[in-house]
Amino acid sequence: MRIIKQKRLGLILLMIAGISIATFFGLRAFNDNLMYFFSATDVIEGKAPKDHLFRLGGMVVKGSVVRQPSGLTVRFVLTDMAKEVTVEYTGILPDLFREGQGIVANGKLDANGVFIAQEVLAKHDENYMPPEVAGSMKNKPAETQK
Amino acid sequence: MFMRFIYKFSSPPYFYAISGKMLPWLTVLFFLLLGYGLYGGLVTAPADYQQGDSFRIIYVHVPAAWMSMFVYVVMAISGGIGLVWRIKLAEIVSISSASIGASFTFLALVTGSLWGKPMWGAWWVWDARLTSELVLLFLYLGVIGLYNGIEDKRTASRAVAILALVGVVNIPIIHYSVEWWNTLHQGATVTKLDKPSIHIDMLIPLLVMAGAFKVYYFIALLLRCRNELLERESNGKWIDELLEKVK
Repeated sequence: MRIIKQKRLGLILLMIAGISIATFFGLRAFNDNLMYFFSATDVIEGKAPKDHLFRLGGMVVKGSVVRQPSGLTVRFVLTDMAKEVTVEYTGILPDLFREGQGIVANGKLDANGVFIAQEVLAKHDENYMPPEVAGSMKNKPAETQK
Repeated sequence: MFMRFIYKFSSPPYFYAISGKMLPWLTVLFFLLLGYGLYGGLVTAPADYQQGDSFRIIYVHVPAAWMSMFVYVVMAISGGIGLVWRIKLAEIVSISSASIGASFTFLALVTGSLWGKPMWGAWWVWDARLTSELVLLFLYLGVIGLYNGIEDKRTASRAVAILALVGVVNIPIIHYSVEWWNTLHQGATVTKLDKPSIHIDMLIPLLVMAGAFKVYYFIALLLRCRNELLERESNGKWIDELLEKVK
C-alpha cells in the first residue's frame, strides 16, 4: 500500500516538473510578445516595429511637456534613463499624467522619428504614501522608475 | 503522528462535529477583522499623494488578488493529497475551494478594472499580469465545469485534482509577471523581500483586511465542505445518528 502511494506521489511530482519545464521554454520563446511595451532604447536601436502600431513606455522628462496654444495636442519626451524619444499626442490625458510620471503610449513612429501616439496610459508605481511624506521626499533624488 | 492527526481530522463525523463548533468563533473573528480593516482603510488611513482617495480600492483589490492565488494553492494541494492518499475530505476541500477562489479572482479583476479606468485610462489591457490573472479565472471555471461534468464524484475529484495541479504553474507566473516582463500593472508593494513601499498607516488596515478575507475563506470553505459531506455520505450511519440527536 505504501509503495502505491509513493508511486502516485512520484508521478504527480514528475507531472508538475514536466509542465513547469514546458511552460518555462514556452514563455522564453514568446518572451518578446509578452512585453507590454518597448523602451526608448529599443526604439532608437530599431528593435520596435517600423510600419505598425506598438506601445512605447517610459518616464516623461521633467520640463519637456509642451502644449500647443490651440487644441489638445501635447508634445513631450519619454526616457528610459538612457535614450529619449519625442511623443506627440492629441486627446485627453489620464489623471496621473504628469512630468516625472511613467506612462505607456500606443502609436507609430513618423518619418522624423517622432512617436505619434493614439492612446496614452499612465503607469502607476508601487509606492503609496500620504501627501506630507511625499512632500518631504521631494528634496531627495527621485527614484528611478521602470 | 502528523498523519494520525490528519486521518482523525479527516474522518467525516469528527470533521462535521469540530467544524460546527469552530464556525461561530470564526464568524465573530471575521466581523471584528472586517470592521477594523474597513474603518482603518476607509476612514483613518491617509489619502495617497498621487491617487487621492481612489487608492482605497487597494483594501479590496489586493486581499482578493492574494486570496485568488492562495485558494488555488489550497485547492491544488488538497487535490493532490486526495489523489495520493485517497482521503475523501481532501477531495471535498479541493472542490469546495474552487467556486470561492473563482469569486475572489472575479472580484480582483473587477475592482482592478474599476481602478484602471480613472488611473491608467483603460478598463483592461492585455499585459502579462492581467492576462495571467484572467487565465486563473478560466482555470477555476474549468475545474468547476469538469467536476460537474463527471457523474461519479470520486472519479470527478481525481480528474479535477490533475487539472488543478497542472494549473499550479500559473501561480508563480502571476506573482512574477510584473518582474519578468514590462507590464502596465505596477510591481509588488508588500509581497517582496524589501521593506513594503507603502506607508505604515496604510499598510496595517491592508494586512487586517487580508486577515479578514482569509477567515472569510475558511468560513465559506467549512460551510461548503459540510454540505458536500452530507450529500456524499447521505447513507452514512453517522448522519443517521446525527439526525437522531436533532429529533
